Amino acid sequence: MTTKQKPEILVTGAGGELAHHVIKKLRKKYDLIGVDFRKQSHYDDSMVNYRLDFSKRGFEEVFKHHQFEGVIHLGRIFLSHMDRYRRYNTNVLGTQKLFDFSIKYGVKKCIVLSTYHVYGAHPYNPSLLDESFPLKASNISAHLADAVELENLSAIYMVKHPQMKLTVLRPCNVIGPGVRNSMSQLLQRRIAPYLVGFSPVMQFLHVDDLAEAIVLAYAKSPNGVYNVAPNDWIPYPAALQQADCQLLPIPSLPPSLPRQVLKTMRLKDFPVYLMDYFKYPVILDGTLFRETFGFLPQFSLDDIFSYYAQQKV
Amino acid sequence: MKWFTKLKDVVVPPEIEQLVDSMPHNLGSMGYDPWGYNPETAKVGLTVLKWMYDHYFRVEATGLENVPTNGRAFVIGNHSGQLPMDGTLIGTALATNPDGPRIPRAMIERFFPTVPFVYTFMTQCGATIGDPVNCIKMLENEEVVIVFPEGVRGSGKLYKERYELKRMGTGFVRIAIQTNSPIIPVGVVGCEETMPSFGNFKSLAKLIGTPYFPIAIPVILPAKVFLNFGEPIHLEGDPDNETQMMEKVDEVKEVLQELIDLGLEQRGERIFG
Repeated sequence: MTTKQKPEILVTGAGGELAHHVIKKLRKKYDLIGVDFRKQSHYDDSMVNYRLDFSKRGFEEVFKHHQFEGVIHLGRIFLSHMDRYRRYNTNVLGTQKLFDFSIKYGVKKCIVLSTYHVYGAHPYNPSLLDESFPLKASNISAHLADAVELENLSAIYMVKHPQMKLTVLRPCNVIGPGVRNSMSQLLQRRIAPYLVGFSPVMQFLHVDDLAEAIVLAYAKSPNGVYNVAPNDWIPYPAALQQADCQLLPIPSLPPSLPRQVLKTMRLKDFPVYLMDYFKYPVILDGTLFRETFGFLPQFSLDDIFSYYAQQKV
Repeated sequence: MKWFTKLKDVVVPPEIEQLVDSMPHNLGSMGYDPWGYNPETAKVGLTVLKWMYDHYFRVEATGLENVPTNGRAFVIGNHSGQLPMDGTLIGTALATNPDGPRIPRAMIERFFPTVPFVYTFMTQCGATIGDPVNCIKMLENEEVVIVFPEGVRGSGKLYKERYELKRMGTGFVRIAIQTNSPIIPVGVVGCEETMPSFGNFKSLAKLIGTPYFPIAIPVILPAKVFLNFGEPIHLEGDPDNETQMMEKVDEVKEVLQELIDLGLEQRGERIFG
């Protein structure tokens, strides 16, 4: 008796915390194949994993050995990690390769994880930005160009190759146990920096809620771009206090001073080029995603920050 | 912050506490909305402003019953006085309206977000930068939005031009029609005299990045202020028809001028009386 094979999905960034949550939710219905280039990651041993850089030539072999129904592209280098040239190579050129192979080998759907950073933190930003709001991040810093370029690339493939459904998700700050992005690292600190006199409102999403959003998006897979954010808001210094962090004030006047201070301190999680995100709010309107996919986050802000507070006990 | 909670407990009287708590609002689980409004900060702000409203500017407000106790509304006023005292006093009138207090959502100048402390305090009290997206989303959120369509042309005008309505853009009438929001006109009399300006130091304004720099006594004078809220104006028309929209602006300006004239009549000779 032959058992019916489950459809295969390629998950990039498979060694990351978000991928773990996504894999857990999808493994009953799908065969999941992981790809990640990181050496120190906790791979799921019960599935096939490839440790390789998807911007390199050998990546095509993965497509030759499997028949992917879809791709869930979570493998991005965080904005505060590595230099911008390396980020560009992996996040933009690597993604282009991924798209090309996906088209070549008949992948039907692709989910791309973007970030709210693409909107750019600007004093003129209104609140509740919807998906059609211009992406200003490249104007703020060349360090953010790869994030915007990734989106432009996705938009081009969306139009040029309608046979593959491409869904881009722009989540707000994603945090929670095991997450290693800059916001999560800041909340883990006992003493965390903030800019004196600035209290930008932010949105936070638990990593498991984002995984659920990805699963919902994969099931429907429409072409399009969606903000993923809860209807809940808190200023950054208040978030630090909820996570039981001591506030480390960084002077904000004159405007050139915080740049100098941050350059001197060389905080990996609070780099100078992300400074404006700690000054001006970038609040997303998540209505479209909520209404299209029936998404409702399960973790409250209290649940999320309690985890970080308990870590410090 | 603990010190803030202590300050709030000491300075905020129970009636202000009750007023702010009774305002219709749409907050998240941590007590903030997407524009950063926070009732606890608003209580402190309103306590200070109510004192100024009652004792420093001795405001007399009429027609507050025209402001809806629930649902969206667009409060449109004449701008004056160099500093945004008119917006603050209209906001205080709305927040302490005996017919039903509302969160005053004032649209403020775009340079404010770069000013530390001040912008945070203003947003936590209900203000936000004057942007059409903010305005539309707030009205769709059933808020009361305060706008001065003259912008800096109104607030920065010289004392010799007092109570002359300057040119208004058509943006506010378009938004009112698109969002089906009633316009509540409010005539402000008295704020022109709070900081009379006799000239504009343009080069200094350019240097420090402000829209104008008044040549004036650097003190806010305790002029008596009159606020006359008019009946709601329900506009209809085609937002894409510029000529029609300009006619609608003139309609609103005409009503505003009548309310200003009424305030001037009420005031008589009592400029500081």
